[in-house]
Formats: sequence, structure tokens, C-alpha cells
Amino acid sequence: MEKKITLSVKNLKKVIGRREIIKNLTFDLREGEVFGFLGPNGAGKTTTIRMLVGLIKPTSGSIQICGNNIEDHFQEAMTSLGCIVENPELYPYLSGYNNLLHFARMLDDVGDERIREVTELVGLTERIHDKVKTYSLGMRQRLGIAQALLGKPKVLILDEPTNGLDPAGIREMRQFIRFLAEEEGLSVLVSSHLLSEIQLLCDRVAIISKGVIIRVDTVQQLLENRERVVWHIDPFEKGKQVLSSLTSIEEKDDRTILTDFDEKKTPEWNKRLVEAGVSVIEINRKMPVLEDLFLELTGGDTIE
Amino acid sequence: MNKLIQNEMMKLIAKKRLIVIAIIIGILVMLFTYAQYKQVQTQREKLGTSDWRTILQQQIVDTTNRLSSSRISDEWKKQLQISLQQQQYYLDHDINPAEPGAPTFMRIFLESSIDLFIPLMVMVIASDLVSSEHSLGSIKLLLTRPVKRWKVLLSKYITLCLAVSLVIAIAGILSYAISGVVFGYKGWGAPILTGFNVTDTGLNTSEVKLLSLWKFLLMDFGLVWFVSIVVGTLSFMLSVLIRSTAAGMGVMLAALISGAILSNMVSSWESAKYFFMVNLRLTDYMKGTAPPIEGMNLSFSMMVLFVWWAAALLVSFIVFTKKDVY
Repeated sequence: MEKKITLSVKNLKKVIGRREIIKNLTFDLREGEVFGFLGPNGAGKTTTIRMLVGLIKPTSGSIQICGNNIEDHFQEAMTSLGCIVENPELYPYLSGYNNLLHFARMLDDVGDERIREVTELVGLTERIHDKVKTYSLGMRQRLGIAQALLGKPKVLILDEPTNGLDPAGIREMRQFIRFLAEEEGLSVLVSSHLLSEIQLLCDRVAIISKGVIIRVDTVQQLLENRERVVWHIDPFEKGKQVLSSLTSIEEKDDRTILTDFDEKKTPEWNKRLVEAGVSVIEINRKMPVLEDLFLELTGGDTIE
Repeated sequence: MNKLIQNEMMKLIAKKRLIVIAIIIGILVMLFTYAQYKQVQTQREKLGTSDWRTILQQQIVDTTNRLSSSRISDEWKKQLQISLQQQQYYLDHDINPAEPGAPTFMRIFLESSIDLFIPLMVMVIASDLVSSEHSLGSIKLLLTRPVKRWKVLLSKYITLCLAVSLVIAIAGILSYAISGVVFGYKGWGAPILTGFNVTDTGLNTSEVKLLSLWKFLLMDFGLVWFVSIVVGTLSFMLSVLIRSTAAGMGVMLAALISGAILSNMVSSWESAKYFFMVNLRLTDYMKGTAPPIEGMNLSFSMMVLFVWWAAALLVSFIVFTKKDVY
């Protein structure tokens, strides 16, 4: 059964001056999924996210959050949205608790009880009464999430949520986001320029470049039929000849050969190599990465 | 709305601005009190008496002497003539223009701080109310709540008005409490004259009224409050328009200081009277000194300030609700 659509973006456009920054974006977010927003720096991710949260007015197109258009029904739409745009910039001169209190006061019916709940959820109970300026980046990030969750949103928008976190922090954040989507049924939109991050975290991905969505698909489908095999053989030239007669090959700088992976054919190729008197030193099945796909789709558009 | 104002107040207090302002005012009042005390003492030594009539008489003689000098400019001459006539009027009616005591000190303090010092303090609060949210980046969190933008701005503006009132209250209380130690706390009922009318021919005293000092002070406070609100609103607008707090403060500071300088030299440039900054010395009209430009009076100045206030408020709200936030 199709899950409910929580965020729907149609024909979104933004023109600044004469430049069209965002050209006709259309996508949907469903309940309980983590949606990745992937693109190089300057592709328009942040501009899009700022339009989604109402900071920038779209030139044309519509954004609906839980059925409420954000231009006509700003308050209703924002009630079901939680977000962190870029870094969670909270008030450094207030304590964590006062920051949460500050944002709770801007929502209806969010009391002390809920503040305690979210504090516990992000694991900040011990430091919540300290000033935010004494917090580490990871703690600020968590406080930011706590703040975003205060109003029990249906949609959570996180712009570069793992920015500046250490590897342990990144892992923790990833687990936390998965938890929110799977257990709490939130739709989470995550933007990132880190492919590995999106690959591990998201159910579906939109690849965006120069203001256009190039492709939207599930991670599995995007990566299907993209497993490769690395061959390490000796003598190299002879092996290369044999392999190229069997399938398309790609020669790497470190004197290895890349071919596609095929469950049935790969052992067959190996056999042929051995028969031709080539010693096969290593056969390595390489898991696919979005990186390659990305480069392929964007035509080598710069990416970190 | 109440909750939003509570938020803004929480931030204002956490930034400790009000405490800093209170300390600055306190120190300045102490300095002024000491200076005033010294002045009174030297005068007493010079004239050998503490009788105010003798002192006033001496002042009148001084002023007359200065008037007879040929090297003073026409405008200055006019100013002196007016103050001479005023002094004479006080003497004729047997009223001490500077009845000693904390309330008189308060009046002098208010009158001399209305165009620069108090606006400066107000500016310190107003100029970073909005721009600091930009420089911190917290504006992104503030504007993505289910609260309309104009409500967010209004809560900030109301907070500003409350803070301005508080600053003026602090100035009043501190100047009374501190100067009272030296001059004594009495003198609320002292008579003071108001309603001098500066005309082309000189000073018109036909509408002069006798007031108790406390009534006069109440009016002074009202005028100071009005000026502060206008200056606060203008800084507030700059804070919306300019994202950098320092730049906003710089612009406002330049305007205030230029006002102080301009008032001394614009008497022949008539259209300068529409600048807000030459209209800030509202309390001077109460006292009856000559305005910087001919044709200015209390209602004219208040009108000019009101127009600037309304325009600033309008611009702030339009820009804030429409602007894209990056």
C-alpha cells in the first residue's frame, strides 16, 4: 500500500535577478521514509530547503506540508514541520533548556513535559541547564534536533545534519534519524553532498544538479546492476586480451582491470583466464557507490 | 503574543544589556553630580554668598557684558538676549530657576541628555534586536515556527518599547537617588516657569505659566520618552535593513552626532528642520530657549518626529515580512 504523502513539491522555481536558481522541482515525501537530497555545492539544495521551510519565497510552484500550502496556510503548514537549516544556530547566551523553552513558546501546547521528553530523546538531560556556548558541536546538533522535534512534527527537514560531526557522532546521528523514520513514522528529508552518507541513510534519493532534479529513485534501484569486479592478473597484457574478448573492460592505473559483475559469467571468465595460462591473483567484487552514478549523471559536475 | 514578548525579554536580559546601561547611567550621574556640586561651590566662593538672587543678578550682569561685545555672531546674540530676558523674568517674579535639590538635578540631567545620551542608550538596545538574529543565524529558527513574521517583529518592537521605558525609568531613579545624596531629596514643589514664546522680536512672556517642578518633570519625562521611542524605532528599522549590528549602530550614531552639530549651524538652512536629528531637543521648548531654526516649535518638532517614526515602523514591517532569508 502506498504510504501517505506528507510533503509535496510541485514545479518549484526560484529566480534571483535573472538567474534561474531552481528550475521546476517536483517530488514527494512519504510517511516514514528518509529522503536524500543529493547534489554538489551550489546545486540549489539549500535554496530549495529554505523555500520548503518558508524562509525564501518561491517564484512559482507550490509546496504542501500535510496538505497545507505554505504560502496560504503558513501557520498550519509549519505546525507539522521541524527543521534545521544548515547549522543549528541556537542562542549561545541562553541555556539549552531556555533555548527549548524559547521555541516551545512559539508553538501551541508544548509544555515542560514535552521539553523533558525531547531532551531525554537526544540524550542531553545532564547538560540541559548549561549555557549553549559551552556545548560541543555534537551537542549543539542534538539540541537542534530536540528543538525541531518539540512540536511533534510529521516532516523533519535536516540540512547537512552530519556536518562537522566526528565519525562516532555521524553514526549516532544516522541511527537516530533511522529511528525517527521507522519507529516514529516521520518523513525525513536530508540534504548532503556526502554520497556515502546518503547511501547508508536514505530510502530514496533525489539527485540534483544546477537546479534540476536529474533522477529520483530508491537507493537499491539506483545501484542495481552496478556491481563491478576488479581483476588482478599476471601477465597483465595477455589477461587483458582474454577478458576484452569476453566482455567490456576498463583498465585502471594500478594495472588492474574492471569488468561488470555477473553471477553466472564471472566464474566463466575466470576459468577462461586460467585456461589461457594467466594467473589470477585476485578477484574482488566491488560494491557499487552512488559516487560513480553521480558522476555519470551529472557529467562530472564538481563534488566533494 | 505574550509568550513571544516573554521570549524577547528573556533574550534581552540574558544579554545583560540593561545592566550595562544602568551601570553607565549610574556612573554618568555620579560624574554630573560631582561637577554640579563643584560648580555651586566655586560660585559661592566667588560671590561670597549662597543667595540665589545675588547669583542670578551676577549672571544677568555677565550676560549683558557679553552682549555688548561686538565680536559675537547675530544668532548667538539673539540666544543670549532671550536667556537674559528669561533670567530677568525669573528675578522679577522672585522665582529661583535652579532651586537646589535632586528634582532640579533630574530636570537638568534630562534636558542635557535628551538629544544624545539617552538616545545612545536606547540605540544600544534597539540596533541589535533584529540584526543579531541574522548574525547568529537564529533568524532561520525563529522564522520557521508556526508564527507569522509580523508577529515575530511586533513582539520585538513591543519589547523595545518596554526596554526604552525601563531605561528612562532607570535614568530617572538613578539621577534622583544619587544626586539626592549631595543636594538633598526635597524640592518637588519648587515653582518653575514654562510657556516662554520665542518670536522674531524676542521673548514673549504673555503665556508664561507657573508650574510645580514635579509637573514640569512629568512633562519632561514624557518628551524624553517620546524622543527615545522615535530614536529606538529608527535604530530598529536600521537593524531590520542592515544585517550587521555594527554598521547599523554606526549609521545611527552618525545621525545623532550630526544632529548635535547641525543644530549649531543650520539656522540659515531652513529645510534642515525636517531632519529628525535637529528636532530631538524637545525639552528646550519647555524651557523656552531659541530653536536651532526659526519657525520650529514643540508641535512642529513632534510632528516631524512622528512622521519619521511612522515611516520607520512601516518600512521595518514591510521589509521584514517580505524579505528572503539566506
